Amino acid sequence: MSHWNPAPFAQQLLDLFASLLLLIAFAMLSQRRILTLIHLFAWQGLILTLSIADSAWLTHQPHLYYSAVLTLITKVLILPLLLHRLIRRLDVVWDVETLINIPTTMLVGIGLVVFSFNLALPISHFSSTILRNTLGIALASVLLSFMMMITRRKAVPQVIGFLALENGLFLAATSATYGMPMVVELGVALDVLVGMFIFGIFFFQIRETFDSLDIRHMEKLKEE
Amino acid sequence: MTLLNWLLQGGQEILGMLLAPLLMGWVGIWRAWLQNRQAPSLIQPYRQLFKLFHKEVVIAETASPLLRVTPYLLFGCMGLTASLIPMVITDLPLAGAVDVIALVGLLSLARVFLALAAMDVGTAFGSLGARREMLVSFLAEPALLMVFFTVASLNASTSLRFMVTGFAARGFYLYPSLAFAGVAFLMVLLAENGRIPVDNPETHLELTMIHEAMILEYSGRHLALIEWANALKLLIYFSLGFALFLPFGLTDSLQGWGILRALILFLLKLTVMGAGLAVLETVSAKQRLFRVPEYLGTAFLLAVLAILLHYLLGS
Repeated sequence: MSHWNPAPFAQQLLDLFASLLLLIAFAMLSQRRILTLIHLFAWQGLILTLSIADSAWLTHQPHLYYSAVLTLITKVLILPLLLHRLIRRLDVVWDVETLINIPTTMLVGIGLVVFSFNLALPISHFSSTILRNTLGIALASVLLSFMMMITRRKAVPQVIGFLALENGLFLAATSATYGMPMVVELGVALDVLVGMFIFGIFFFQIRETFDSLDIRHMEKLKEE
Repeated sequence: MTLLNWLLQGGQEILGMLLAPLLMGWVGIWRAWLQNRQAPSLIQPYRQLFKLFHKEVVIAETASPLLRVTPYLLFGCMGLTASLIPMVITDLPLAGAVDVIALVGLLSLARVFLALAAMDVGTAFGSLGARREMLVSFLAEPALLMVFFTVASLNASTSLRFMVTGFAARGFYLYPSLAFAGVAFLMVLLAENGRIPVDNPETHLELTMIHEAMILEYSGRHLALIEWANALKLLIYFSLGFALFLPFGLTDSLQGWGILRALILFLLKLTVMGAGLAVLETVSAKQRLFRVPEYLGTAFLLAVLAILLHYLLGS
């Protein structure tokens, strides 16, 4: 291997974190228990934090440190705690969702990964940022979270899918443009928090109306 | 190829044969400790083999010659495979003889004969075990091949020898793809060796056993050879894992000190990983048989992700 020139260690770490993020997205796709799903979400947030901090160090962009701290506070601490409280209040802590055919879902997931890697490859060839490798992974985890939202029938996993989607978007923003302006990031973080509260209220409303969090019931809202 | 190389090759073969029951005993001791049982002696597997070799062979009346041939064939396959993997030194005469794909073929040749012989006598248990074994292995094999392809595309070679030296030439580097492939390999190792999430090596409970159901018909030296081959298989998977994912310490020089150091490192890796296997088995619960496709599907997924990540990240 004569063309071998190793990347700096920080970049190797970044690739590793991005890969772990993708792995957690897959794990969420196949997880049946709500409690474990929340733990996985917290882990994904932690790995996102580490990867943002690492890219801050790699690119010497001090403002990325702030977004790392912001991610740590919102996605590792506040949101999982809120979700915990929520599922305890809703009494669905030990809820197990019957997922249909996990292997098929996984295969479709692999298809999504191939698609997004192929999509990202030409973009990253023209990109000049050193974080460009992770763009494909970020795209893949966004699509996987999308799929999780589509395949789930209960409301709480859908919301976790939505939050995981935001994680993927954050990674994409960091890898493509070294992060968004501070105002935008603050705004997004606040939006996610507010969204979480609204979702919480929705959950109680849904359950009060239908006696269940299964959103299939919402298809029957039409007047007879 | 000099005489020395061939001597070393023979040495590795003997080392593998002798070490395999010891590894089984070591894993068994750790399992006993972790389950608060009194541990059997480390050389218990040798005693068992010794006892079985001195016992009479009883063969069913309906058995065809296939049943007689299978233990020897199985042992031969495992012995040959053990000599193809670089355990201590990479520069062995037989190491370049086959690549990893042929290695998978050798392992499945042994498996096919074991399954056929299990069906041969016509008892219900044998056929049940054979079917289950085929279910597990036909799902595990693609995952194993994908793991090999990941490492092969990292090193641009399917020969185990060049895989090991390729890593050594480049020094320390974090490969995300290799981490994924490593986890997939571990899952395949557990499934293929009849370890706990898939099969319990200690059970003789008819509803859950896979491997034990297949070998119910054997006795005496036939059973001894099969048990020995099974121990060798575990050693083969361990040293494959070391060669692919922990290749440090393997030497390609033929100096005495280099070989000694590599040998000690190999034994150290076996000691640590054998205990690790026991811990892993103790903390996990055996799965229902119908969950096994999901488990091995995950292994396959990880291996495919590994190869995709390799192409995206170039590492």
